[in-house]
Amino acid sequence: MTDVLKHENCDVAIIGAGPAGLSAATTLKRAGIESVLVLEREAEAGGIPRHCAHPPYGLREYKRVLTGPSYAKKLVATALNAGVQIVLKQTITKLEAKGVLTIASPEGLKKLTAKRVLLATGIRETPRSARLVSGDRALGICNTGTLQSMYYLKKMVPFRRPVVVGTEIVSFSALSTCKKAGIQPVAMIEENQRPTVRWPIHHATRVFAVPLFLNTRIIKILGKDRVHAVQVVDLNGDRREIGCDGVLFTGQFTPESALARMSHLELDYETGSPAVDQFNRCSDPAYYAAGNVLQPSPDSDNAISIPIYYTADNLPQPVEVAGQCWHQGRITAEWIADDLNGKL
Amino acid sequence: MTTQQHNMHTLNDNKSGNTSFLASGDIAVIGGGVVGCAVARKMALEGASVILIEKAADILAGASKGNSAILHTGFDAPVGSLEWECVQKGYHEFLEIRESFNLPLLKTGALIAAWTEEQEAKFTGILQKGSDNNVKDLRLLSRSEVLDLEPRLANSIRAAIAVPREYVIDPWSTPLAYLQQALENGGQALFNAEVTGGEFNGTSWVLNTKRGQVRAHHVINCAGLYGDILDQDVLGASEFTIKPRKGQFVIFDMAASQLLNSVILPVPTERTKGIVLFPTIFGNIAVGPTAEDQDGRDDASVDKDNLEALRAQAIEKIPALANIPVTATYAGIRPASDSSGYQVIENSDRNWITLGGIRSTGLTSALGLAQHVHQLLAKQGTNFEAITKPHVPCIPNLAEHLPRDYETPGYGEIVCHCEMVTEREITAVMEGPIPAGSLVGLKRRTRATMGRCQGFYCSARLAELTKGKFAVPLGVGDADD
Ligand SMILES: Cc1cc2nc3c(=O)[nH]c(=O)nc-3n(C[C@H](O)[C@H](O)[C@H](O)COP(=O)(O)OP(=O)(O)OC[C@H]3O[C@@H](n4cnc5c(N)ncnc54)[C@H](O)[C@@H]3O)c2cc1C
Ligand SMILES: Cc1cc2nc3c(=O)[nH]c(=O)nc-3n(C[C@H](O)[C@H](O)[C@H](O)COP(=O)(O)OP(=O)(O)OC[C@H]3O[C@@H](n4cnc5c(N)ncnc54)[C@H](O)[C@@H]3O)c2cc1C
Repeated sequence: MTDVLKHENCDVAIIGAGPAGLSAATTLKRAGIESVLVLEREAEAGGIPRHCAHPPYGLREYKRVLTGPSYAKKLVATALNAGVQIVLKQTITKLEAKGVLTIASPEGLKKLTAKRVLLATGIRETPRSARLVSGDRALGICNTGTLQSMYYLKKMVPFRRPVVVGTEIVSFSALSTCKKAGIQPVAMIEENQRPTVRWPIHHATRVFAVPLFLNTRIIKILGKDRVHAVQVVDLNGDRREIGCDGVLFTGQFTPESALARMSHLELDYETGSPAVDQFNRCSDPAYYAAGNVLQPSPDSDNAISIPIYYTADNLPQPVEVAGQCWHQGRITAEWIADDLNGKL
Repeated sequence: MTTQQHNMHTLNDNKSGNTSFLASGDIAVIGGGVVGCAVARKMALEGASVILIEKAADILAGASKGNSAILHTGFDAPVGSLEWECVQKGYHEFLEIRESFNLPLLKTGALIAAWTEEQEAKFTGILQKGSDNNVKDLRLLSRSEVLDLEPRLANSIRAAIAVPREYVIDPWSTPLAYLQQALENGGQALFNAEVTGGEFNGTSWVLNTKRGQVRAHHVINCAGLYGDILDQDVLGASEFTIKPRKGQFVIFDMAASQLLNSVILPVPTERTKGIVLFPTIFGNIAVGPTAEDQDGRDDASVDKDNLEALRAQAIEKIPALANIPVTATYAGIRPASDSSGYQVIENSDRNWITLGGIRSTGLTSALGLAQHVHQLLAKQGTNFEAITKPHVPCIPNLAEHLPRDYETPGYGEIVCHCEMVTEREITAVMEGPIPAGSLVGLKRRTRATMGRCQGFYCSARLAELTKGKFAVPLGVGDADD
């Protein structure tokens, strides 16, 4: 692994060193493709699992139950063993026709031309602003990803007594991070009449001793410098205030697809993902996409469909999404290899 | 430049040597909004020793924190008013000096768009007013001319007036540049120092602040949303009352930037300039502001209904915005007053000038108001010896259309990926002459966390980089495990 990009050309450039990008890179090397570069903007490879320190990860790939960080390390080691080159601190800023990438790197702006490019930039949660939530813009408002990266990577916490908004799986993952970090959420609230996840997971709120309020919507965040309360309303229109020092907005995943959105590639506006064909190939055939950045349209007949993290339907079985992204990375890599060999 | 070469003071610095005062000088400027920063700069350059006193931990805590960032020509200002005069002077001085500060300018031009017959009927009046206001280059555009310029506008547009010299600037770096120049030319700034009262002894003032007493011969009240209250507290009465008027905004993702080149102004009504669609200097498209009268002078909260309505209005005018996610929302509060114009009140018996009610054009007019203050003082016979070779600070560029820091090697790491903010930029701001005192201060100086993920990816790193530096930190403490 290195921080210095020396190449100007390569066979395949993979944007993003998460499970999808790393498994694709490994597969491409194993299929005999010569120069395979994984470009990662962070100072560390591994993607989201780096800061999801809870199991289960790795069932499909390594036939064992791993925590996120050890799973991420294993993915990186496997890729390096296969001869993949991972270059860190490389932020792709622009995609152009024929696989021409502009890259911001600590040594300055660079151009790289790849015969094929794989977009594997992942997903994130929707922040407060894009949800158009009312109220003050105080400190202590964040997503699960922020909580987890702050705690698992920096051993810091953004709040002590937050209100948790949402009841997706990731919301419960957030509760377990809170418990580990000594954070005691004061409430978990859900707009709908049932939690997004199905029985029995939502009983987890009892285990975490966090009261769950259904049919409850946040209508205002209060706080000058830091959050001090939220106003909520229930189905009857009854309003009340819950004292807290933060608001954790969980879930409502959205592809991290800004690069594609800003480029010549076609976007599927329904999902926010780049539009792809049955081989996960984008509107410019030099580009492919895999992993969670690629959310299939509800009506698509995409070869493999990946739920955004978990949904109500794939539970309570322990289907780990990272494993699916890893799997999709592998299959897409096989198509890219076939394409490069003139066989697609 | 190095700080040693300049006579630069922040915080406790007592030039008079009189230890009972926190600071003393020729002129105290109360308020670190854009107006106060511009006045401090002007008077420092004129050779006065200036002390800027701000109650918050950083500049831009009031009206100046959230505006549309348009550099107005003044085409629609009240004819012959002081506001018009200051807008014009401010506009010209900004264009003259901005390059030397490295301050960006986005030459958008504006279009006053008519979507209805009634609106179009007002065009004659607008053209006449523009001409009366000495903005001679307003031009009527037909529907097809408008659509040639702005092909993404809904084609229900009827016609427009082009205002070619309305531009977009950086709303935060601009006042920062003014204050920084004041400091680099002998000025001082006191933060966390709310002025609570004062006494005039016939020649000079002793102001009481939350941090101690400040002595100055002249006081300029630039307290914005609190201008009337400050006059009451110190002078015993105020000639005007501030009526805060909130304006909310919705910012669309940078992917929208290709959809619009010009500022799209509505046909104005009596009360407000109306809802504007505009490119920001940071590469986004924004829509706003609303105009909501309220009692709270600090309540810059946003609300879902208004935000949704703004978004819908933007989509109505540029349908392609429907596919663009919202990046951010914010609000600013205009220091409107009970009478319509600027409240510039000279109290020459007591060496006090109030610049109040600078409601919706202050970003543009600030330099003009500063010239006006200088003239008022000169007329009173208060003269200084202007600095012959003033120092000009170079302000780091945050504009998207100009080269950014990450394009130059050696930046360390990109910390904020959405806005491409580097570790080098953040370190420079934390160690700079007017260091950020909070996350918002850091955001305004670097763009960190301003983008589409709103800190999802970078908050952990930012919490680490700023640990121990903010009064209200990102992390409330270390995890106990
Ligand atoms: C908060 C959160 C919690 C989650 N928890 C779990 C869990 O517990 N279990 C589970 O199975 N799944 C979980 N997921 C789902 C997660 O998306 C998948 O596990 C998996 O990480 C997706 O893999 P990926 O390779 O598609 O993307 P990611 O793992 O997100 O990797 C994408 C990589 O691309 C890089 N990148 C993005 N843009 C650029 C660019 N322009 N230039 C260079 N590099 C770039 C990023 O830095 C990142 O390293 C969670 C997701 C989130 C957001
Ligand atoms: C929604 C909106 C859109 C706008 N759009 C534009 C535009 O496009 N173009 C344009 O030119 N203008 C625009 N404006 C107008 C411009 O923002 C204002 O005119 C300007 O910010 C007023 O600045 P100020 O310095 O007078 O007041 P403020 O910014 O309120 O500054 C006053 C300062 O004084 C401090 N203070 C108060 N009391 C005390 C005390 N007792 N002791 C010490 N300090 C004190 C406060 O903390 C504050 O920092 C807009 C304004 C709004 C709200």
